[in-house]
Amino acid sequence: MPSVKFIEHNGTEHVVDGTNGDSLMMIATSNLVPGIDADCGGECSCATCHVLVDASWVDKLAPATETEESMLDLNPDRESNSRLSCQIPMSDELDGIVINLPEFQY
Amino acid sequence: MSEAVVINSSVLEDPWSVPLSELDPSQPAVFQSNSQFELFERLRTEDPVHYHEQGLFGPYWSITKFNDIMQVDKDHKRFSSDAGITLTERQADFTTPNFISMDPPKHDVQRKAVTGVVAPMNLAKMEPIIRQRAATILDSLPIGEQFNWVDAVSIELTTQMLATLFDFPFEDRRKLTYWSDMATSGELAGGPTPEADRRAALLECLEYFQRLWREREGTPPEIGIDLISMMANNPETQKMDPMEYLGNLILLIVGGNDTTRNSITGGVLFLNENPEQYAKLKANPGLITSMVPEIIRYQTPLTYMRRTALEDVELSGKVIKKGDKLAMWYISGNRDDEVIDRPNEFIIDRANPRHHLSFGFGIHRCMGNRLAEMQLRLLWEEILKRFEHIEVKAAPERVQSSFVRGYNDLQVVLHSK
Repeated sequence: MPSVKFIEHNGTEHVVDGTNGDSLMMIATSNLVPGIDADCGGECSCATCHVLVDASWVDKLAPATETEESMLDLNPDRESNSRLSCQIPMSDELDGIVINLPEFQY
Repeated sequence: MSEAVVINSSVLEDPWSVPLSELDPSQPAVFQSNSQFELFERLRTEDPVHYHEQGLFGPYWSITKFNDIMQVDKDHKRFSSDAGITLTERQADFTTPNFISMDPPKHDVQRKAVTGVVAPMNLAKMEPIIRQRAATILDSLPIGEQFNWVDAVSIELTTQMLATLFDFPFEDRRKLTYWSDMATSGELAGGPTPEADRRAALLECLEYFQRLWREREGTPPEIGIDLISMMANNPETQKMDPMEYLGNLILLIVGGNDTTRNSITGGVLFLNENPEQYAKLKANPGLITSMVPEIIRYQTPLTYMRRTALEDVELSGKVIKKGDKLAMWYISGNRDDEVIDRPNEFIIDRANPRHHLSFGFGIHRCMGNRLAEMQLRLLWEEILKRFEHIEVKAAPERVQSSFVRGYNDLQVVLHSK
Protein backbone atom coordinates (compact mmCIF):
# COMPACT_ATOMS: atom_id res chain seq x y z
CA MET A 1 0.00 0.00 0.00
CA PRO A 2 1.43 3.42 -0.87
CA SER A 3 1.94 5.82 2.02
CA VAL A 4 1.68 9.57 2.57
CA LYS A 5 3.55 11.75 5.03
CA PHE A 6 1.40 14.61 6.29
CA ILE A 7 3.27 17.28 8.28
CA GLU A 8 1.17 19.54 10.48
CA HIS A 9 1.99 23.23 10.72
CA ASN A 10 3.59 22.61 14.12
CA GLY A 11 5.87 19.95 12.65
CA THR A 12 4.03 16.84 13.84
CA GLU A 13 4.37 14.11 11.24
CA HIS A 14 1.78 11.48 10.34
CA VAL A 15 2.77 8.66 8.01
CA VAL A 16 -0.35 6.81 6.87
CA ASP A 17 -1.16 4.18 4.27
CA GLY A 18 -3.62 4.98 1.51
CA THR A 19 -5.60 3.01 -1.05
CA ASN A 20 -4.97 3.77 -4.71
CA GLY A 21 -7.73 5.98 -6.07
CA ASP A 22 -8.65 7.51 -2.71
CA SER A 23 -7.94 11.24 -2.52
CA LEU A 24 -5.28 12.58 -0.17
CA MET A 25 -8.12 14.42 1.61
CA MET A 26 -9.93 11.12 2.26
CA ILE A 27 -6.72 9.47 3.42
CA ALA A 28 -6.03 12.32 5.86
CA THR A 29 -9.52 12.58 7.29
CA SER A 30 -10.07 8.82 7.59
CA ASN A 31 -6.80 8.59 9.54
CA LEU A 32 -7.78 11.54 11.77
CA VAL A 33 -4.88 13.69 10.60
CA PRO A 34 -5.79 17.16 11.92
CA GLY A 35 -5.67 20.30 9.78
CA ILE A 36 -7.94 19.34 6.87
CA ASP A 37 -11.59 20.37 7.20
CA ALA A 38 -13.06 19.33 3.81
CA ASP A 39 -16.43 20.99 4.43
CA CYS A 40 -17.82 20.07 1.00
CA GLY A 41 -16.82 16.42 1.26
CA GLY A 42 -14.59 16.25 -1.82
CA GLU A 43 -16.53 18.29 -4.38
CA CYS A 44 -13.73 20.78 -5.11
CA SER A 45 -16.02 23.55 -3.98
CA CYS A 46 -14.95 24.84 -0.55
CA ALA A 47 -11.12 24.88 -0.56
CA THR A 48 -10.90 23.76 3.09
CA CYS A 49 -8.66 20.80 2.24
CA HIS A 50 -5.87 23.12 1.13
CA VAL A 51 -2.35 21.60 1.36
CA LEU A 52 1.17 22.59 0.39
CA VAL A 53 2.85 19.85 -1.62
CA ASP A 54 6.55 19.28 -0.90
CA ALA A 55 8.56 20.87 -3.71
CA SER A 56 10.10 17.58 -4.85
CA TRP A 57 6.64 16.10 -5.48
CA VAL A 58 4.87 18.98 -7.22
CA ASP A 59 5.85 17.89 -10.73
CA LYS A 60 4.66 14.32 -10.19
CA LEU A 61 1.05 15.48 -9.85
CA ALA A 62 -1.42 16.05 -12.65
CA PRO A 63 -1.91 19.80 -13.00
CA ALA A 64 -4.88 21.42 -11.24
CA THR A 65 -8.09 21.60 -13.26
CA GLU A 66 -9.71 24.92 -14.01
CA THR A 67 -12.22 24.35 -11.19
CA GLU A 68 -9.47 23.64 -8.67
CA GLU A 69 -7.59 26.71 -9.91
CA SER A 70 -10.63 28.92 -9.40
CA MET A 71 -11.10 27.66 -5.83
CA LEU A 72 -7.39 27.93 -4.93
CA ASP A 73 -7.37 31.41 -6.32
CA LEU A 74 -9.83 32.61 -3.68
CA ASN A 75 -7.23 31.97 -0.98
CA PRO A 76 -5.06 35.03 -0.29
CA ASP A 77 -2.46 32.74 1.34
CA ARG A 78 -2.09 30.66 -1.81
CA GLU A 79 1.47 29.48 -2.57
CA SER A 80 2.96 28.11 -5.79
CA ASN A 81 2.73 24.57 -4.35
CA SER A 82 -0.85 24.98 -3.05
CA ARG A 83 -3.31 22.23 -4.02
CA LEU A 84 -6.68 20.93 -2.87
CA SER A 85 -6.07 17.49 -1.43
CA CYS A 86 -9.49 16.20 -2.55
CA GLN A 87 -8.26 16.56 -6.13
CA ILE A 88 -5.15 14.38 -5.74
CA PRO A 89 -5.88 10.64 -6.08
CA MET A 90 -3.40 8.25 -4.47
CA SER A 91 -1.33 6.04 -6.77
CA ASP A 92 1.79 3.87 -6.63
CA GLU A 93 3.74 6.73 -8.25
CA LEU A 94 2.91 8.92 -5.26
CA ASP A 95 4.15 6.40 -2.67
CA GLY A 96 6.00 8.42 -0.02
CA ILE A 97 4.62 11.83 -1.04
CA VAL A 98 5.19 14.58 1.51
CA ILE A 99 2.30 16.99 2.19
CA ASN A 100 2.56 20.05 4.42
CA LEU A 101 -0.59 21.31 6.11
CA PRO A 102 -1.33 25.04 6.44
CA GLU A 103 -1.90 26.61 9.84
CA PHE A 104 -5.59 27.24 9.12
CA GLN A 105 -8.26 26.35 6.59
CA TYR A 106 -10.74 28.95 5.39
CA MET B 1 -47.08 46.29 -1.48
CA SER B 2 -45.99 47.42 1.95
CA GLU B 3 -48.17 44.75 3.57
CA ALA B 4 -47.23 41.08 3.40
CA VAL B 5 -48.71 39.60 0.26
CA VAL B 6 -51.80 37.59 1.17
CA ILE B 7 -51.60 33.99 0.07
CA ASN B 8 -53.90 31.01 0.36
CA SER B 9 -53.64 30.15 4.05
CA SER B 10 -53.90 26.40 3.39
CA VAL B 11 -50.52 26.64 1.65
CA LEU B 12 -49.09 27.58 5.04
CA GLU B 13 -51.18 25.24 7.16
CA ASP B 14 -50.95 22.11 5.03
CA PRO B 15 -48.82 22.42 1.90
CA TRP B 16 -49.68 18.78 1.02
CA SER B 17 -53.34 19.71 0.52
CA VAL B 18 -53.00 22.16 -2.37
CA PRO B 19 -51.99 21.65 -6.01
CA LEU B 20 -48.21 21.75 -6.49
CA SER B 21 -48.68 24.74 -8.80
CA GLU B 22 -49.89 26.83 -5.84
CA LEU B 23 -46.73 26.37 -3.81
CA ASP B 24 -44.43 29.38 -4.00
CA PRO B 25 -41.65 29.51 -1.42
CA SER B 26 -40.59 32.95 -2.64
CA GLN B 27 -43.58 34.35 -0.68
CA PRO B 28 -42.24 36.03 2.50
CA ALA B 29 -45.33 34.85 4.42
CA VAL B 30 -44.03 31.28 4.15
CA PHE B 31 -40.96 32.12 6.24
CA GLN B 32 -42.54 34.74 8.45
CA SER B 33 -44.89 32.00 9.69
CA ASN B 34 -42.07 29.41 9.72
CA SER B 35 -44.14 27.19 7.41
CA GLN B 36 -41.38 26.36 4.94
CA PHE B 37 -40.21 22.93 6.02
CA GLU B 38 -43.31 20.91 5.07
CA LEU B 39 -43.55 22.84 1.83
CA PHE B 40 -39.96 21.97 0.90
CA GLU B 41 -40.41 18.37 2.02
CA ARG B 42 -43.24 18.07 -0.46
CA LEU B 43 -41.14 19.58 -3.25
CA ARG B 44 -38.20 17.28 -2.44
CA THR B 45 -40.54 14.28 -2.46
CA GLU B 46 -42.69 15.05 -5.49
CA ASP B 47 -40.73 17.39 -7.75
CA PRO B 48 -37.27 18.29 -6.45
CA VAL B 49 -36.42 20.46 -9.46
CA HIS B 50 -39.70 22.34 -9.80
CA TYR B 51 -40.77 25.11 -12.16
CA HIS B 52 -43.03 27.74 -10.60
CA GLU B 53 -44.87 29.42 -13.42
CA GLN B 54 -46.37 32.04 -11.17
CA GLY B 55 -43.77 33.06 -8.62
CA LEU B 56 -44.16 36.29 -6.69
CA PHE B 57 -41.14 37.63 -8.62
CA GLY B 58 -41.98 35.86 -11.90
CA PRO B 59 -41.36 32.31 -13.06
CA TYR B 60 -38.41 30.42 -11.55
CA TRP B 61 -37.07 26.96 -10.72
CA SER B 62 -36.83 25.69 -7.17
CA ILE B 63 -33.81 23.43 -6.60
CA THR B 64 -34.50 21.64 -3.32
CA LYS B 65 -32.17 18.60 -2.98
CA PHE B 66 -28.70 18.91 -1.44
CA ASN B 67 -26.79 17.30 -4.32
CA ASP B 68 -28.62 19.22 -7.05
CA ILE B 69 -27.89 22.47 -5.22
CA MET B 70 -24.22 21.51 -4.97
CA GLN B 71 -24.08 20.84 -8.72
CA VAL B 72 -25.64 24.21 -9.59
CA ASP B 73 -23.56 26.15 -7.06
CA LYS B 74 -20.32 24.64 -8.43
CA ASP B 75 -21.23 25.29 -12.05
CA HIS B 76 -20.68 29.04 -12.23
CA LYS B 77 -19.97 28.87 -15.97
CA ARG B 78 -23.50 27.78 -16.83
CA PHE B 79 -25.32 29.26 -13.83
CA SER B 80 -24.50 32.93 -13.64
CA SER B 81 -24.72 35.35 -10.71
CA ASP B 82 -24.42 38.35 -12.98
CA ALA B 83 -28.16 39.11 -13.02
CA GLY B 84 -28.32 39.10 -9.22
CA ILE B 85 -28.50 36.61 -6.36
CA THR B 86 -32.10 37.23 -5.29
CA LEU B 87 -35.25 36.55 -7.28
CA THR B 88 -36.23 40.23 -7.19
CA GLU B 89 -35.61 41.92 -10.52
CA ARG B 90 -33.09 44.74 -10.56
CA GLN B 91 -34.35 48.31 -10.83
CA ALA B 92 -32.71 49.89 -13.86
CA ASP B 93 -32.59 53.30 -12.18
CA PHE B 94 -31.03 52.02 -8.93
CA THR B 95 -28.53 49.28 -9.66
CA THR B 96 -25.87 48.50 -7.06
CA PRO B 97 -23.30 46.10 -8.58
CA ASN B 98 -21.30 44.00 -6.12
CA PHE B 99 -18.98 41.05 -6.37
CA ILE B 100 -21.37 38.33 -5.20
CA SER B 101 -23.56 39.35 -8.15
CA MET B 102 -20.76 39.07 -10.68
CA ASP B 103 -19.11 36.26 -12.62
CA PRO B 104 -15.37 35.76 -13.12
CA PRO B 105 -13.09 37.45 -13.87
CA LYS B 106 -14.50 40.65 -12.28
CA HIS B 107 -15.86 38.73 -9.29
CA ASP B 108 -12.45 37.23 -8.54
CA VAL B 109 -10.46 40.46 -8.48
CA GLN B 110 -13.02 42.35 -6.38
CA ARG B 111 -13.41 39.51 -3.91
CA LYS B 112 -9.65 39.17 -3.60
CA ALA B 113 -9.39 42.86 -2.79
CA VAL B 114 -11.24 42.30 0.48
CA THR B 115 -10.79 38.62 1.44
CA GLY B 116 -7.70 39.39 3.47
CA VAL B 117 -9.83 40.97 6.17
CA VAL B 118 -10.92 37.50 7.25
CA ALA B 119 -7.57 35.81 6.67
CA PRO B 120 -6.69 33.40 9.50
CA MET B 121 -4.02 35.72 10.89
CA ASN B 122 -6.57 38.51 11.28
CA LEU B 123 -9.07 36.18 12.88
CA ALA B 124 -6.46 35.26 15.46
CA LYS B 125 -6.00 38.97 16.23
CA MET B 126 -9.75 39.52 16.48
CA GLU B 127 -10.40 36.62 18.82
CA PRO B 128 -9.51 38.30 22.13
CA ILE B 129 -11.36 41.47 21.09
CA ILE B 130 -14.55 39.59 20.25
CA ARG B 131 -14.34 37.57 23.45
CA GLN B 132 -13.96 40.72 25.53
CA ARG B 133 -16.89 42.38 23.80
CA ALA B 134 -19.10 39.35 24.21
CA ALA B 135 -18.21 39.29 27.91
CA THR B 136 -19.02 43.00 28.31
CA ILE B 137 -22.38 42.64 26.57
CA LEU B 138 -23.34 39.57 28.60
CA ASP B 139 -22.29 41.21 31.88
CA SER B 140 -24.58 44.17 31.14
CA LEU B 141 -27.73 42.04 30.77
CA PRO B 142 -30.45 41.96 33.44
CA ILE B 143 -30.87 38.74 35.43
CA GLY B 144 -34.40 37.48 36.03
CA GLU B 145 -36.03 40.18 33.89
CA GLN B 146 -37.53 39.69 30.47
CA PHE B 147 -35.82 41.40 27.50
CA ASN B 148 -35.35 41.11 23.73
CA TRP B 149 -32.25 38.95 23.08
CA VAL B 150 -32.14 40.02 19.42
CA ASP B 151 -31.53 43.67 20.17
CA ALA B 152 -29.45 43.34 23.34
CA VAL B 153 -27.08 40.58 22.21
CA SER B 154 -27.40 39.40 18.60
CA ILE B 155 -27.50 42.84 17.00
CA GLU B 156 -25.08 44.43 19.44
CA LEU B 157 -22.30 41.84 19.07
CA THR B 158 -22.50 41.53 15.28
CA THR B 159 -22.69 45.28 14.78
CA GLN B 160 -19.63 45.84 16.96
CA MET B 161 -17.78 43.28 14.85
CA LEU B 162 -18.90 44.91 11.63
CA ALA B 163 -17.78 48.34 12.85
CA THR B 164 -14.36 46.86 13.48
CA LEU B 165 -14.11 45.32 10.00
CA PHE B 166 -14.86 48.73 8.44
CA ASP B 167 -13.02 50.69 11.13
CA PHE B 168 -16.35 52.52 11.33
CA PRO B 169 -16.96 55.20 14.00
CA PHE B 170 -17.97 53.04 16.93
CA GLU B 171 -20.58 55.39 18.38
CA ASP B 172 -22.45 55.39 15.05
CA ARG B 173 -22.43 51.61 14.68
CA ARG B 174 -26.21 51.16 14.86
CA LYS B 175 -26.38 52.98 11.54
CA LEU B 176 -24.85 49.82 10.08
CA THR B 177 -27.69 47.74 11.51
CA TYR B 178 -30.22 50.22 10.15
CA TRP B 179 -28.74 50.27 6.65
CA SER B 180 -28.48 46.48 6.62
CA ASP B 181 -32.13 46.12 7.59
CA MET B 182 -33.26 48.71 5.07
CA ALA B 183 -31.26 47.00 2.30
CA THR B 184 -32.99 43.64 2.78
CA SER B 185 -36.54 44.70 3.72
CA GLY B 186 -37.64 46.52 0.57
CA GLU B 187 -41.20 46.18 -0.70
CA LEU B 188 -39.95 45.03 -4.10
CA ALA B 189 -38.49 42.01 -2.31
CA GLY B 190 -41.80 41.45 -0.50
CA GLY B 191 -40.69 43.24 2.65
CA PRO B 192 -42.27 46.05 4.66
CA THR B 193 -40.05 49.01 3.63
CA PRO B 194 -41.31 51.37 0.87
CA GLU B 195 -38.82 51.51 -1.98
CA ALA B 196 -38.33 55.27 -1.68
CA ASP B 197 -37.37 54.90 1.99
CA ARG B 198 -34.98 52.06 1.16
CA ARG B 199 -33.23 54.11 -1.51
CA ALA B 200 -32.98 57.14 0.75
CA ALA B 201 -31.39 55.08 3.51
CA LEU B 202 -28.90 53.49 1.13
CA LEU B 203 -27.89 56.85 -0.32
CA GLU B 204 -27.33 58.11 3.21
CA CYS B 205 -25.15 55.04 3.75
CA LEU B 206 -23.19 55.83 0.59
CA GLU B 207 -22.66 59.44 1.61
CA TYR B 208 -21.35 58.41 5.03
CA PHE B 209 -18.99 55.84 3.54
CA GLN B 210 -17.77 58.21 0.82
CA ARG B 211 -16.46 60.47 3.57
CA LEU B 212 -14.59 57.53 5.11
CA TRP B 213 -13.28 56.57 1.67
CA ARG B 214 -11.90 60.06 1.07
CA GLU B 215 -10.20 60.08 4.46
CA ARG B 216 -8.49 56.77 3.78
CA GLU B 217 -7.65 57.10 0.09
CA GLY B 218 -3.92 57.03 -0.48
CA THR B 219 -3.15 55.85 3.04
CA PRO B 220 -1.74 52.34 3.00
CA PRO B 221 -3.98 50.24 5.25
CA GLU B 222 -2.64 48.43 8.23
CA ILE B 223 -2.45 45.01 6.73
CA GLY B 224 -5.93 43.76 6.12
CA ILE B 225 -7.99 45.06 8.97
CA ASP B 226 -10.17 47.69 7.36
CA LEU B 227 -12.42 46.99 4.38
CA ILE B 228 -12.72 50.62 3.27
CA SER B 229 -8.97 51.19 3.11
CA MET B 230 -8.59 47.89 1.28
CA MET B 231 -11.10 48.90 -1.40
CA ALA B 232 -9.87 52.50 -1.64
CA ASN B 233 -6.28 51.44 -2.20
CA ASN B 234 -6.56 48.32 -4.35
CA PRO B 235 -6.05 48.95 -8.08
CA GLU B 236 -8.97 46.62 -8.88
CA THR B 237 -11.49 48.46 -6.72
CA GLN B 238 -10.26 52.03 -6.30
CA LYS B 239 -11.92 53.14 -9.54
CA MET B 240 -15.38 51.79 -8.64
CA ASP B 241 -18.18 54.21 -9.34
CA PRO B 242 -20.33 55.26 -6.36
CA MET B 243 -23.15 52.77 -6.97
CA GLU B 244 -20.66 49.90 -7.22
CA TYR B 245 -19.04 51.05 -3.98
CA LEU B 246 -22.51 51.12 -2.43
CA GLY B 247 -23.27 47.65 -3.81
CA ASN B 248 -20.15 46.17 -2.29
CA LEU B 249 -20.78 47.98 1.01
CA ILE B 250 -24.28 46.52 1.22
CA LEU B 251 -22.92 43.08 0.39
CA LEU B 252 -20.33 43.27 3.17
CA ILE B 253 -22.72 44.87 5.68
CA VAL B 254 -25.52 42.37 5.11
CA GLY B 255 -23.10 39.47 4.80
CA GLY B 256 -21.37 40.34 8.05
CA ASN B 257 -24.44 41.31 9.98
CA ASP B 258 -27.75 39.62 9.31
CA THR B 259 -26.43 36.13 9.01
CA THR B 260 -24.46 35.90 12.23
CA ARG B 261 -27.10 37.90 14.10
CA ASN B 262 -29.84 35.44 13.22
CA SER B 263 -27.67 32.42 13.97
CA ILE B 264 -26.97 33.86 17.44
CA THR B 265 -30.70 34.16 18.09
CA GLY B 266 -31.45 30.81 16.45
CA GLY B 267 -29.06 29.00 18.78
CA VAL B 268 -30.90 30.23 21.87
CA LEU B 269 -34.22 29.18 20.36
CA PHE B 270 -33.03 25.71 19.26
CA LEU B 271 -31.53 24.89 22.67
CA ASN B 272 -34.84 25.84 24.30
CA GLU B 273 -36.76 23.69 21.85
CA ASN B 274 -34.38 20.81 22.56
CA PRO B 275 -33.73 20.76 26.30
CA GLU B 276 -31.87 17.44 26.12
CA GLN B 277 -29.36 19.09 23.78
CA TYR B 278 -29.05 22.07 26.15
CA ALA B 279 -28.33 19.67 29.02
CA LYS B 280 -25.74 17.86 26.92
CA LEU B 281 -24.04 21.17 26.12
CA LYS B 282 -23.91 22.29 29.74
CA ALA B 283 -22.45 18.93 30.75
CA ASN B 284 -19.80 19.22 28.04
CA PRO B 285 -19.02 22.77 26.81
CA GLY B 286 -16.47 21.24 24.41
CA LEU B 287 -19.45 20.45 22.20
CA ILE B 288 -19.65 24.15 21.25
CA THR B 289 -17.25 23.34 18.39
CA SER B 290 -19.72 21.01 16.69
CA MET B 291 -22.81 22.88 17.88
CA VAL B 292 -21.84 26.07 16.02
CA PRO B 293 -22.00 24.60 12.49
CA GLU B 294 -25.15 22.72 13.51
CA ILE B 295 -26.79 26.03 14.50
CA ILE B 296 -25.79 27.51 11.14
CA ARG B 297 -27.25 24.50 9.28
CA TYR B 298 -30.45 24.46 11.31
CA GLN B 299 -30.97 28.22 10.99
CA THR B 300 -29.85 28.64 7.35
CA PRO B 301 -29.85 32.44 7.75
CA LEU B 302 -29.94 33.03 3.98
CA THR B 303 -32.61 30.71 2.62
CA TYR B 304 -31.45 30.63 -1.00
CA MET B 305 -29.20 32.09 -3.66
CA ARG B 306 -30.45 32.77 -7.16
CA ARG B 307 -28.67 31.86 -10.40
CA THR B 308 -29.58 32.45 -14.05
CA ALA B 309 -28.95 29.76 -16.69
CA LEU B 310 -26.62 30.89 -19.47
CA GLU B 311 -27.54 27.90 -21.65
CA ASP B 312 -30.02 25.01 -21.64
CA VAL B 313 -29.00 22.60 -18.87
CA GLU B 314 -30.48 19.24 -17.90
CA LEU B 315 -30.77 18.77 -14.16
CA SER B 316 -32.34 15.68 -12.59
CA GLY B 317 -34.42 15.00 -15.65
CA LYS B 318 -35.64 18.57 -16.19
CA VAL B 319 -34.43 20.95 -18.86
CA ILE B 320 -33.65 24.38 -17.50
CA LYS B 321 -33.77 26.83 -20.39
CA LYS B 322 -31.28 29.53 -21.14
CA GLY B 323 -32.34 32.69 -19.30
CA ASP B 324 -34.39 30.86 -16.63
CA LYS B 325 -34.04 31.92 -13.00
CA LEU B 326 -33.22 29.32 -10.33
CA ALA B 327 -33.42 29.47 -6.54
CA MET B 328 -31.00 27.09 -4.82
CA TRP B 329 -32.95 26.59 -1.61
CA TYR B 330 -30.14 26.03 0.89
CA ILE B 331 -32.72 25.78 3.65
CA SER B 332 -34.29 22.80 1.89
CA GLY B 333 -31.02 21.07 0.98
CA ASN B 334 -30.00 21.38 4.62
CA ARG B 335 -33.03 19.20 5.50
CA ASP B 336 -32.44 16.57 2.80
CA ASP B 337 -32.31 13.15 4.47
CA GLU B 338 -30.43 11.62 1.55
CA VAL B 339 -27.36 13.58 2.68
CA ILE B 340 -27.99 14.57 6.30
CA ASP B 341 -28.94 12.02 8.92
CA ARG B 342 -32.15 12.90 10.82
CA PRO B 343 -32.07 16.37 9.23
CA ASN B 344 -35.04 17.81 11.10
CA GLU B 345 -33.38 17.20 14.44
CA PHE B 346 -31.04 19.68 16.11
CA ILE B 347 -28.09 17.53 17.21
CA ILE B 348 -25.13 19.39 18.68
CA ASP B 349 -22.66 16.51 18.41
CA ARG B 350 -23.15 15.45 14.79
CA ALA B 351 -20.32 13.79 12.88
CA ASN B 352 -19.16 16.09 10.08
CA PRO B 353 -21.36 19.06 11.08
CA ARG B 354 -19.81 21.45 8.56
CA HIS B 355 -21.24 19.49 5.66
CA HIS B 356 -24.15 21.90 5.16
CA LEU B 357 -25.15 24.41 2.49
CA SER B 358 -25.63 27.58 4.54
CA PHE B 359 -22.38 29.16 3.30
CA GLY B 360 -22.87 28.02 -0.29
CA PHE B 361 -20.22 26.15 -2.25
CA GLY B 362 -18.02 27.09 -5.20
CA ILE B 363 -16.48 30.45 -5.98
CA HIS B 364 -19.17 32.47 -4.17
CA ARG B 365 -18.85 30.52 -0.90
CA CYS B 366 -19.19 32.85 2.08
CA MET B 367 -15.81 34.47 2.66
CA GLY B 368 -16.62 35.22 6.32
CA ASN B 369 -17.59 31.68 7.28
CA ARG B 370 -14.77 31.10 9.74
CA LEU B 371 -15.32 34.54 11.35
CA ALA B 372 -19.02 33.76 11.75
CA GLU B 373 -18.20 30.45 13.41
CA MET B 374 -15.66 32.13 15.68
CA GLN B 375 -18.14 34.78 16.85
CA LEU B 376 -20.69 32.12 17.71
CA ARG B 377 -18.12 29.94 19.47
CA LEU B 378 -16.77 32.76 21.63
CA LEU B 379 -20.24 33.98 22.54
CA TRP B 380 -21.37 30.52 23.62
CA GLU B 381 -18.18 29.96 25.63
CA GLU B 382 -18.87 33.18 27.52
CA ILE B 383 -22.59 32.38 27.92
CA LEU B 384 -21.89 29.00 29.48
CA LYS B 385 -19.51 30.58 32.01
CA ARG B 386 -22.26 32.91 33.24
CA PHE B 387 -25.77 31.59 32.85
CA GLU B 388 -27.46 28.43 34.02
CA HIS B 389 -30.24 28.95 31.53
CA ILE B 390 -31.42 31.38 28.86
CA GLU B 391 -35.15 30.84 29.07
CA VAL B 392 -37.22 31.69 26.00
CA LYS B 393 -40.53 33.20 27.12
CA ALA B 394 -42.47 33.51 23.86
CA ALA B 395 -42.42 32.41 20.25
CA PRO B 396 -40.08 34.63 18.23
CA GLU B 397 -41.25 37.38 15.93
CA ARG B 398 -39.84 36.53 12.52
CA VAL B 399 -38.63 38.74 9.66
CA GLN B 400 -40.90 39.30 6.64
CA SER B 401 -38.56 38.00 3.95
CA SER B 402 -38.08 34.91 1.82
CA PHE B 403 -34.32 35.57 1.53
CA VAL B 404 -33.21 36.46 5.07
CA ARG B 405 -34.46 33.95 7.63
CA GLY B 406 -34.33 36.02 10.75
CA TYR B 407 -35.85 37.32 13.95
CA ASN B 408 -36.97 40.75 15.08
CA ASP B 409 -37.71 39.73 18.64
CA LEU B 410 -36.99 36.85 21.01
CA GLN B 411 -38.09 37.46 24.60
CA VAL B 412 -35.88 35.71 27.16
CA VAL B 413 -35.12 35.64 30.88
CA LEU B 414 -31.61 34.88 32.12
CA HIS B 415 -30.91 32.64 35.09
CA SER B 416 -27.45 33.08 36.55
CA LYS B 417 -25.26 30.20 37.66
